[in-house]
Amino acid sequence: MERRDFIKISGAGALALGAAAVGCAPKKAATVPAEEGPEEMVLRENPVNGDKVSLLGFGCMRWPMVEKDGQRVIDQEAVNEMVDYAIEHGINYFDTSPAYLMGQSEKAAGIALSRHPRDKYFIATKLSNFNNATPEASIQMYKDSFEQLKTDYFDYYLLHAIGSGGVAAFEQRYVQNGMMDFLVKEKEAGRIRNLGFSFHGAPGEFDELIGLHDSGKYHWDFVQIEMNFVDWNHADGRRNANASYLYEELDKRGIPIVIMEPLLGGRLANVPEAIATQMKEREPDKSIASWAFRFCGTHPRVLCTLSGMTNMDPLLDNVKTFTHFKPLTEEELDFLERMATQMMEYPTVNCTDCKYCMPCPWGIDIPGIFKHYNTSVTEGRYPQTQEQKDYQKLKKAYLVSYNRAIPTLRQAEHCIHCGECLSHCPQSIQIPRELQRINRYIEKLKQDTL
Amino acid sequence: MLRKIRIALAVVFWLGITLLLLDFTGALHGWLGWMAKVQFLPAVMALNVAVIVGLVLLTLVFGRVYCSVICPLGVFQDGVAHLNVARKRKNKNRKPYSYSPEMKWLRYGVWAVFVIALIVGVQALVALLAPYSAWGRIVQNLFQPVYLWVNNLFAAIAERAGSYAFYEKEVWLRSLPTFLVAIATLVVVVVLAWRNGRTYCNTICPVGTTLSFFSRFAMFRPMIDANVCKGCKQCEHNCKAACIDVENRKIDYSRCVDCFNCIDTCKFGGLKYRFAWGKKEIPSPAAPVRNDKEAVRNDNVTPSEAKESQGRRAFIAGAALAVGTAALKAQEKKVDGGFATILDKEVPERDIPLTPPGSKSVKDFYRRCTACQLCVAECPNNVLRPSTDLKHFMQPEMSYERGYCRPECTRCSELCPTGAILKITKEEKTQYHVGTARVNAELCVVEKGVECGNCARHCPAGAIMLVKDDATGYRRPVVNEERCIGCGACENLCPARPISAITVNGRHNHIEE
Repeated sequence: MERRDFIKISGAGALALGAAAVGCAPKKAATVPAEEGPEEMVLRENPVNGDKVSLLGFGCMRWPMVEKDGQRVIDQEAVNEMVDYAIEHGINYFDTSPAYLMGQSEKAAGIALSRHPRDKYFIATKLSNFNNATPEASIQMYKDSFEQLKTDYFDYYLLHAIGSGGVAAFEQRYVQNGMMDFLVKEKEAGRIRNLGFSFHGAPGEFDELIGLHDSGKYHWDFVQIEMNFVDWNHADGRRNANASYLYEELDKRGIPIVIMEPLLGGRLANVPEAIATQMKEREPDKSIASWAFRFCGTHPRVLCTLSGMTNMDPLLDNVKTFTHFKPLTEEELDFLERMATQMMEYPTVNCTDCKYCMPCPWGIDIPGIFKHYNTSVTEGRYPQTQEQKDYQKLKKAYLVSYNRAIPTLRQAEHCIHCGECLSHCPQSIQIPRELQRINRYIEKLKQDTL
Repeated sequence: MLRKIRIALAVVFWLGITLLLLDFTGALHGWLGWMAKVQFLPAVMALNVAVIVGLVLLTLVFGRVYCSVICPLGVFQDGVAHLNVARKRKNKNRKPYSYSPEMKWLRYGVWAVFVIALIVGVQALVALLAPYSAWGRIVQNLFQPVYLWVNNLFAAIAERAGSYAFYEKEVWLRSLPTFLVAIATLVVVVVLAWRNGRTYCNTICPVGTTLSFFSRFAMFRPMIDANVCKGCKQCEHNCKAACIDVENRKIDYSRCVDCFNCIDTCKFGGLKYRFAWGKKEIPSPAAPVRNDKEAVRNDNVTPSEAKESQGRRAFIAGAALAVGTAALKAQEKKVDGGFATILDKEVPERDIPLTPPGSKSVKDFYRRCTACQLCVAECPNNVLRPSTDLKHFMQPEMSYERGYCRPECTRCSELCPTGAILKITKEEKTQYHVGTARVNAELCVVEKGVECGNCARHCPAGAIMLVKDDATGYRRPVVNEERCIGCGACENLCPARPISAITVNGRHNHIEE
């Protein structure tokens, strides 16, 4: 389905946001009218169980870390403050995992959330059994999550990052070890209210997983997908699926959608100047990030849009976006599609800084290198030819900032292409190849052969 | 007036050369590189006839102005001596200096040893005695770390301000023995200068002695006008070379460094810098007989003074030591908890040392190099460091634990004042075959079942090929010796730690002639 067609079909639902739209499409997650005027957080109703979920959810993967006794630990005080503000402003969906933030995210979430009544928020966590999928280890991980999160039920429970490797990988992690049977029983027992999965992979792999739902083998209560105005139509199609395709397939089946990476790890908040200018021309008082969030919220099947907010500033901005929520018009959606096309012109790496690839066994700071490169490209701080004006200045800026961002021994040239990272990357980035590409660029700069 | 001109020129030269030795950015060497090339011993090693003839002529015309203006160690000693003289002047009865006879056996003995060392090729001894080498050693080992720390402080501030004007540079101890020799050199030079001005220059310095052969016949010299001289000894007491013998109205021109202090000191105009050829110094008939005992007594230092100076010496040594330990600390790398630990690389064994591209052969390099440390101070890739091998003690060698000899860099070759490293371009650099890589298969990560090939990927000469290993099924590196230039990219970027699985061994001859 073309995006335009989709808009035509579901446009009514989108435009009706803020108005009473509960009855218009009974099977779809519908917008709940704000109770106290338009200044309230937008809530979406889960058509299956009636959960009223805030359209903005809190992703607990990017919380601030501080140095304590030589260790990197979560800044609990900052987390508490953010969680309090979030709940106070209507955010009620918190998404974490036993793997996040070097394994510290669940505990910090538990501490912050347990200070509020349990019925004020929904907890989403995951079975992140990447390295060890034995039944013992998987069940232990499941049980630990209760303890860490100080709860006796999970509202939303996800099979973490399946898709890549298709059904075979899914079976290896969840079927052969009996975990699917176990989790289904847990759901019957009421300790899991909604069972779903987060998806990273190719369209064919998605079809396989959704086929399990169609055949009645498993029932997916919800699915978490990567969606934003770039991934909508510009995924590579080989390793990653277009969000428009995933959305349409889930929408057809009436499965509620949770969105991750609405900002691509912040890359859609810090866009190239040419694009930022066009966005600001249209909405001078709104942040760049607000465009990406409005894009997600405009789609009615979306139950919740997760944002990994690192500090109060993005939290305030996002709350503003979702309390004064203005869905995008068809014309604005076209505009974002043009922006996405323009963004694809930049040679950035599709890294969202999720750090799943870390620690690299050879010590390379993979997300750090990509982040430095992407920022330099986006902000126009990278020289492209020797003829260009300010070449020497740009060259120095690039090389000095590279050395500042990444210690010499963790730079790209030390990547030995062992490929250990490849299976960890949810974006299916060809990490060694991209590191080599960046290093070749740096060599050209150093040798003045650009 | 002459004194002021001398001081102004001396400050310019001293600052220039010292900055050249401190600079690590390469920004200054285009402007200041010539200052190293006009140093006497480097010019001799480089067989730079123009400079040698120029310096000899300069000395034949004006005397040893080289020692007062061009030589950074000489100027440094003047500075140190000046501090002590200023202190002593507060006490009117104290006399900073007085005449002492030439210590001939020591002076010519050292000179002879030096010349023999130069001919035989005991470069460590040459480097130990030569003034420019000594100054380079002191600056690179003791002052550059401080300079770098200050730079790094600016770099930290610049980073906060989002500026790229300053960048951080790693501070590390390149060679402990050379560092200790640098401390010893500094202590000896400072103590000698503090106590007796130009003692080093007139008893030890082989360049000073060499120039003295010419300066005694200089066209212009400071001369005592015996008819005007009142014998007040003001000039003698201010002569840091201790070469004015007022009692006999004589000046020892082999030791006079033409500082012109005497001319400025004389209230009666009894000393003049003038054309001296064909003019004899006429001892005044009224000249009193020289009293040796008195002269010697003047040279003695009172016990309390000696104690004080010892205290100061201890302080200087202590401060230098503190600098040393701090340098050691900075070597240790902080490792973030979220990252895999990376072991530091260790220096592998090399049968033949590695000397930089631009050196024609190992032999030629070590024959010419005066160990001034200029290239070591300059090397942006942390490759050059003073050797600890006794045969080449303090002379530089290359090693690739912290970086490798990058293809675009020719900075040491642009700077070397002795011709040990000839000036080369980037293109010429690829013609220099300074070493050959060899693989130690046992250490290679391929043996552990990891696909790698990083050495082959980064070899700028395309000298490393990957061949299938029948045992593991992985591709392991082999070296095409004909193509390898010895730059060390493979060794530096090899993931095997602490000893790389691919290391570079030196080659005797670096270029086909």
